[in-house]
Amino acid sequence: MLPYSWLIPALPLLSFVLIVFFLIRSNKASSYTSIAAILGSLALSVAVLAEVLGNPQPQEFAINWIFMESFKLPMVMYIDPLTAVMVVMVSLVASLIQIYSLGYMHGDPRFARYYAYMSLFAFSMLGLVVAGSFFTMFIFWELVGLTSYLLIGFWFEKKIASDAGKKAFITTKIGDFGFLIGLLVMFFAAGTLNMAEIFDKVHHHEIALGTITAAGLLMFCGAIGKSAQFPLHVWLPDAMEGPTPVSALIHAATMVAAGVYLTARLMPLVITSHTMAMVVAIIGAFTALMAASIGLVQNDIKRVLAYSTISQLGYMILALGMGGYTAGTFHLMTHACFKALLFLGAGSVIHAVHTNDIQEMGGLGRKMKTTAATFFIASFSIAGIFPLSGFWSKDEIFAVAWEGGHYILLVVAVLAAFMTAFYMFRLCFMVFTGKPRDQEKYDHARESPKNMTIPLVILAFLSITVGWVGIPWLKHGYGSFVFFEHPHHVAPNYILMVISTIVALSGIYLAYLMYYKGSISPVKMAERFKRIYRVLFNKYYFDELYMATIIEPTYRLTEKLYKFDLGVIDWLVNFFGDFTVFLSWIQERFDTYVVDGAVNGLGYTIRAFGGGLRRIQTGQLQNYAFVIFLGLVVFILLRFL
Amino acid sequence: MTLYHYLILSAILFVIGMYGLLTRRNAVGVLMSIELMFNAANINFVAFSKFITPNEFIGQIFSIFVITIAAAEAAVGLAIVLLIYRNYKGIEVDNINFMKW
Repeated sequence: MLPYSWLIPALPLLSFVLIVFFLIRSNKASSYTSIAAILGSLALSVAVLAEVLGNPQPQEFAINWIFMESFKLPMVMYIDPLTAVMVVMVSLVASLIQIYSLGYMHGDPRFARYYAYMSLFAFSMLGLVVAGSFFTMFIFWELVGLTSYLLIGFWFEKKIASDAGKKAFITTKIGDFGFLIGLLVMFFAAGTLNMAEIFDKVHHHEIALGTITAAGLLMFCGAIGKSAQFPLHVWLPDAMEGPTPVSALIHAATMVAAGVYLTARLMPLVITSHTMAMVVAIIGAFTALMAASIGLVQNDIKRVLAYSTISQLGYMILALGMGGYTAGTFHLMTHACFKALLFLGAGSVIHAVHTNDIQEMGGLGRKMKTTAATFFIASFSIAGIFPLSGFWSKDEIFAVAWEGGHYILLVVAVLAAFMTAFYMFRLCFMVFTGKPRDQEKYDHARESPKNMTIPLVILAFLSITVGWVGIPWLKHGYGSFVFFEHPHHVAPNYILMVISTIVALSGIYLAYLMYYKGSISPVKMAERFKRIYRVLFNKYYFDELYMATIIEPTYRLTEKLYKFDLGVIDWLVNFFGDFTVFLSWIQERFDTYVVDGAVNGLGYTIRAFGGGLRRIQTGQLQNYAFVIFLGLVVFILLRFL
Repeated sequence: MTLYHYLILSAILFVIGMYGLLTRRNAVGVLMSIELMFNAANINFVAFSKFITPNEFIGQIFSIFVITIAAAEAAVGLAIVLLIYRNYKGIEVDNINFMKW
């Protein structure tokens, strides 16, 4: 089975090609092709997972791609437990979201193209996950960036959407550039980009520590960009301009997790280089806290979820930075389920009320029972309520921090968890409970169609249960399957469990008081902490900061360069152009009068000469005869005289 | 009668023929002048043969060839003259200038 795992990404690619070249005019055919392909990938992924469960030894397969005497660049696939888990997670979420999109994107003028992009994304993401060399990974890495760009700007008629697409592409490109340099550094240090070989060399201390740190941190830049970590997190909230299923699939569950996946793949470097580990952990922790605090005050339902995503990704990065390979990837998996569910729920709500602003919602739970119920389940899961998935994975991260003695990071993580619980339930209460704030929108709201609610229910089920594979009491749970070097067994830490539950519940309770009961007025709170509120509401002014420090100077620089171009370069070019024109004018004169004159003159001369000579030809035979005889006479005279 | 007498006769004939060739306006006259020149040549052949190689008849044989060719030439020439007459309504040689430039 494993040697055929290249089929997992190949099926969506086939579907993409089919849709683009043959089915683009048929909405039905293209959507069904795409869904069939991703379901096929899902089936294959499950088969791969089953096989890897039986034999967790990492396996590598190479397809020759560029092959020369001295230079080989194969497409390498690397299948280990993490890969197996990831392919199942990605293809599962992608399948559910593609089915959900049948309802959500219904009637869109570019429906078929949407499915083409979705297939292309599935191909790229699955390719990224199975990639076994950093080079192969980088190719797919850029491909997911491209599809992300295409899908964020899917409704490009809206300027804000096309701008968001550009922002996402350029911002992540900064990180990707670091990734690329990191790859080059690694290639020169290790002589290969094959993961297994690199890690072998790192393991045997064949690469200098400084090089490892430099290459690792540069490659981590890619993860910062893709996983929207501080300081490149600014693109993700804007990316919410894309269709909501896209946000769910790409900007919550899978693509943004690619950065975490990459960091997990870089685990040998993180373990070896203490500096790198610290940088990774601190960036993760800071991002988790910062994004969660911004999420507290946002009013756009998708933006709250976007900041929540950033914050949760920060968690995973934090876990990986502390060496918690199992914890980080475990949280990645559970988060994919409940965050996809949250986004799809939000999509369902937006589909019903046609607004993203939670201040115009309220009381929708009475009309959209399935959506509300699943959304609450997901919220409980992300808040970390026993015994839902989020509880187990978040607890695992706390436990890693605790065991490693990273108490400051632990406090930060707990604080972020409190905020997470608060903003999620602020969202829940404002959207689904209380009185409708906008009666007209409330009256028009209806529960979404079946093809949208069924994926919600499935994801809700997963949000509850998927974490159970990592329950610490299990002997052969997640930690004994996906681990780095040694099976990971965290003893159940009851103190942490109690603390995290208390924190989550208090967050929920605070949200309950403020947004359900109304005993604490949110407006008054905002008044009281006016300064903090404003900073949070404006997202720490990151956009403004980047605007002032990077974009504006760039504009000014380009303006100067433009003037330089116009004044100097263009002037020079024009000068040389004019000069050349002048030179050619002279040459043209020379040609006309000298060269042509010579040629024509020769012709004229010869013609004049011939004109004279031809008069000899009188046509009178007797003249000719006379000349002949004259010649004869002359000849004879010359002979004898 | 020595060789010189013959040669002088033939020279006179030849010069007369040449004069006729160059001056006659009538094409038939021109042809006749050419016959004179042929015959001057024939006399030369025969005279040389008789006085230089009296035992062989080389010159005589040559003159028979020349007479034959002259006959053929006269036939072709007269045919051309006839055609010219038809086309130009006359056989004045100075009118025939279609070989001009």
